[in-house]
Amino acid sequence: MTQLSRRKLIVSGLAATAGVTGLGVAAYLADKYGLVPPDHGGLYGPGETLTYATQRLLTRHSLAREFSRSQISKPLPNEMPPLRDEFKRFEAAGFTDWRLSVEGLVDQPTSFSVAQIKSYPSRTHITEIACEEGWSYIAEWIGTPLSHVLNLVGVQSHARYVVYYSIDPEWWESMDMADALHPQTLLAYGMNGEELPVGFGGPLRMRLPRQLGYKNVKFINRLVITDNLKRFGKGLGSAAPEAGYAWYAGI
Amino acid sequence: MATLGSAPTSVDASLPTAIPVAPITVAPRHALLVRITHWIFTLSFFALLVTGIEILISHPRFYWGETGNVLTKAMFQIPIPSSRTLVQTGYGYVLPDQNGWSRALHFQAGWVAVLTGLLYALYGLFAGHFRKHLLPTKADLSWRSLSAAVASHLRFARPTAAEAHSYNVLQRLAYLFVIFVLLPLVIWTGLAMSLAFASVFPWSVTLLGGRQSARTLHFFASMALLLFLLVHLVMIFLAGFGSRTGTMITGRVRQTKERP
Repeated sequence: MTQLSRRKLIVSGLAATAGVTGLGVAAYLADKYGLVPPDHGGLYGPGETLTYATQRLLTRHSLAREFSRSQISKPLPNEMPPLRDEFKRFEAAGFTDWRLSVEGLVDQPTSFSVAQIKSYPSRTHITEIACEEGWSYIAEWIGTPLSHVLNLVGVQSHARYVVYYSIDPEWWESMDMADALHPQTLLAYGMNGEELPVGFGGPLRMRLPRQLGYKNVKFINRLVITDNLKRFGKGLGSAAPEAGYAWYAGI
Repeated sequence: MATLGSAPTSVDASLPTAIPVAPITVAPRHALLVRITHWIFTLSFFALLVTGIEILISHPRFYWGETGNVLTKAMFQIPIPSSRTLVQTGYGYVLPDQNGWSRALHFQAGWVAVLTGLLYALYGLFAGHFRKHLLPTKADLSWRSLSAAVASHLRFARPTAAEAHSYNVLQRLAYLFVIFVLLPLVIWTGLAMSLAFASVFPWSVTLLGGRQSARTLHFFASMALLLFLLVHLVMIFLAGFGSRTGTMITGRVRQTKERP
């Protein structure tokens, strides 16, 4: 072949080598800086990883949009499976014996009552909750920043995720430390100036306004701090990817 | 050998004229990069369209402003059953829910489409593709030239042989509108629906009038793109599906008429 195509061949060869090396370096750095989601395998893994990595780099400290009191909408409870008898017993007792246990990579595993959670400094934000189906509403959320509780129990430095469980064993999720320490991430117990109604997740709901509705798990009673999500469920990070949905729901 | 971006070369004068001369090599009708990005984009657009419709089915109601849900008055509703029980569509049955993989594929195809589009746009800007092939000339934009083009389209006149080598003024305007208006709008409105993206660029939502406005505009822009695709396909069929599609694959304009 001609000189030109040989040169082309060499250049493409070098470009391909650089490309593969670049990908390797990118994969190493992405893992090191926590830019790879737990559900990165499979057919749609590349897309999930690109989205999570890009948004994590962009949004580590950004605040979800907040609204004025006049923009609060008539709220819409999302669909829920029927409440279990166990839950109904807690509800009948006014949730006085409801506990939130915090365990895993913490210095002091602790079990909190709802009253204890409510006694800590609270934060209120008027934010939009959006469902992956497309609908949304704005409400005022009142709660204790998750970071406050994490500081109380002393999260160890190598912790990477907070796994959170609903009383319904089929509903559990997890978030990375960027979201867990984010000032708007609340253990919410109030809504629109009142107690958080059961239909909206009372007595305690995890509220992350930068992720879709399904990450905002209702009836929270257990947190596990970990550095490895492989040990939970099928190892995909949470119940959502096991049902075919993305672990990261910032989009 | 025809290479990317090579100028038309004439037959070497020193060749013995007795030997049958191979077809004159010219610059391809469509540059290699245009052809590759065209087909990757075609695939990703198809994936985005199908999965977008799947996602829409889970809530076929549209709103204007910041919020919207079944307790809110809809701006309009697509008359189809929903894939979720939350929306009372009046059809009495619920379609299978396909949102999980649809969302994953929608975003993955979105990445492919956007990255391919960026590559194409950079090429278009720096290789002169936009300027040379898509920007209409002053003469093209004259009232007479425009009305002649519209009239010939309204007659469904088959394009002349010369038109196989360049775009007419209506094509140019349509392509420019898609590349510089519809596609940026569909990307913007799509990103504005991301809660995390909106936390960094809140103006990207407020400028559109709110989250639900962004969703509605995303739907309108997608429908406009679908309309463009349908017209594009009709035009290709009118001009000769085999030859035009072949040209977008090989880059060469077939000289002979297609066999019936």
